[in-house]
Amino acid sequence: MIALAFWLETIFRTVGGLLAVLLPAGALVYIFLFKLMSFVQSRLGPMEAGPAGSLQLLAEVGKAFQKEDIFPTKADRVVFAAAPFVVLMSTFLLVLVVPFGPDAWFVDLDTGIFFALAISSISVIGILMAGWASANKYSLLGGLRAAGQLIAYELPLVLAVMGVVIQAGTLNMQDIVLAQAEGEIFGWGGIGNPFIITQFVGFVIFLIAMQAELTQPPFDMPVAESELVSGYMTEYSGVRFLLFFIGEFATAGVFSMIAATLFLGGWYVPGIDPDSNFFNIAGPLVMFGKVLLVTTLVFWFRFTYPRFREDQLQKLAWKVLIPLSLLNIVATGILKVAF
Amino acid sequence: MGIVPGMIKGLGVTAKSAYETIFPDGPLKPPSPSKGAVTIQYPHEKETPAPRARGVIALHEDNCTACMLCARECPDWCIYIEGHKTKAPPRRAGGKPRQKNLLDRFDIDFALCMFCGICVEVCPFDALFWSPEYEFSEPRIADLLHDKSRLSEWMETVPDFEAYEGGSEAKVRKVPR
Repeated sequence: MIALAFWLETIFRTVGGLLAVLLPAGALVYIFLFKLMSFVQSRLGPMEAGPAGSLQLLAEVGKAFQKEDIFPTKADRVVFAAAPFVVLMSTFLLVLVVPFGPDAWFVDLDTGIFFALAISSISVIGILMAGWASANKYSLLGGLRAAGQLIAYELPLVLAVMGVVIQAGTLNMQDIVLAQAEGEIFGWGGIGNPFIITQFVGFVIFLIAMQAELTQPPFDMPVAESELVSGYMTEYSGVRFLLFFIGEFATAGVFSMIAATLFLGGWYVPGIDPDSNFFNIAGPLVMFGKVLLVTTLVFWFRFTYPRFREDQLQKLAWKVLIPLSLLNIVATGILKVAF
Repeated sequence: MGIVPGMIKGLGVTAKSAYETIFPDGPLKPPSPSKGAVTIQYPHEKETPAPRARGVIALHEDNCTACMLCARECPDWCIYIEGHKTKAPPRRAGGKPRQKNLLDRFDIDFALCMFCGICVEVCPFDALFWSPEYEFSEPRIADLLHDKSRLSEWMETVPDFEAYEGGSEAKVRKVPR
C-alpha cells in the first residue's frame, strides 16, 4: 500500500467517508423511494427535474436549504439544534468499519462488528434528544416509541450477528469477508461460503431487525404520521429536517453495507483472488451492487406491508426474533464444534 | 392462510404491480414505465374529462331573469346578482308594456365556489350549465371572480346533453346556443 502524508490521507478519508455515506443515500432515495415506490403504485414519480426526474433530489435539498430553521418557543434550543447531528454522526461512525476492498477500508478494527453495533445505538440518543427538546407531546411520544423500538430490536440484531461471528471466528469485518471468500460448503469452495447460505435464519432475523432499526415501514411506529404527525421530527424544518432525512436513508445504506459484508461476502465476488489489487478498485462497486440487493428487499417490504401496532411490534421482537436468534446461536455453536 | 404465506402473497402483489408498470409490453420488450403507469403527466398530456364533468359553471345571459334563486340557494353565497326592472314594448300593438328584469351583474366567485351544482339544478330558466373545462386557475385570487361576460364565454364549451337511457320517454334537454 502506498504511504501518504497524514493530511493527504485525512482528506482522502474525509471525502471517501462522505461519498460512502451520501452517495448510497441519494441513490437509494432516488431508485427506491422516488421510482420503485411509484412503479409499485402504478405511477411514474418525479419526471420533471432532469431526465426521468434524476435531479429531483437536488431540487429537494435546495428547497430544504431555503426554508426557515424554526425553533419552537419552549424548545430546549441547544439540545434541539444538536439532535440531528447526533443522529447523522452515528451513521458516519458506522461506515468506518465497513471494508470496501482488501486495502480499501477506513479503520481496520479487530472488534469491527462489535463497534458497528455499539455505535448504531447512538442514534437512539439523538432521536430521544429530538423528541424531548421539541416541547411537543407528539414529538415526545415519537421519541419514546423510537427508543423502545430501537432498544428492543438491537437485541435480535446483535444475536443474529453472533451466528456469523461464531462461524467466521472473528469480529473483524475484513476477516469476516475473507472467511466467506475462503470458506467451503461441505468441502466445496467454488463460490466460497457466503454466510447467507449457512446462516439463512440469521440473515432473515438481521433483515427484520435492521428494518426496525431504520424505522422503515412496517416498523415506522415512531413517525406514524396518522397518529403522531411526524413523531420526533414534527417540530423540525429546513436543514435540520433534511439532516434527519439524510440520516434515515444513509443509515439504510450503511446498514445494508454491513448486512452485505456479513452475509453476502462484502466486496468479494467468487472466482477472483481476494488479495488481488482488482478488488481495491472494483470492491466498492461490488459492494454497491450487493447493497442494492439488500435494500431492494428492505424497500420491497416497506412498500408492501402496513404498519405494526406498538404491542405487535414489541411482541415480534421479544417473543419471536430473540428466541429464534438464540436457537440459531445454539445450532451454529453445535455445528461449529461438530464439524 | 397463515401469516407467512399471506406475507409472501403480499410481496407478490407489489412485485406484480411494479412489473406491470415497468414492462407493460412483456419481459422481452424494453421497459416503458410511462406507458405502464395509469397516471397522466398532466401539463404535457391531458385527459379528456367526462362530458358531464363539473369543471366550471357557464351562464347563458339571455335566459337569466335575475330571479336570484341560484344566489339564494348557494351554500357558499358566492353568486352576486344585481339587476333592474325595465319596460319592454308590448307584444301586440295597443297592449300594455311588458316588465322585464335586466341583468347588471352576475358574478360567481370560484375562490369560494365548492362546485356543488345546486345553482345549476335550481335554475328554472336554463341559464346555468356545467362545462367540463377545468383550466381556469389564476395567480391572483381576485381573478377567480368571473363576471357575466367571462361566464358567458364558458357557454361555448358546454357539450350537448347526452341521450337518455333506452326506453326513456323524457325529451332530451337542449343547450341554448
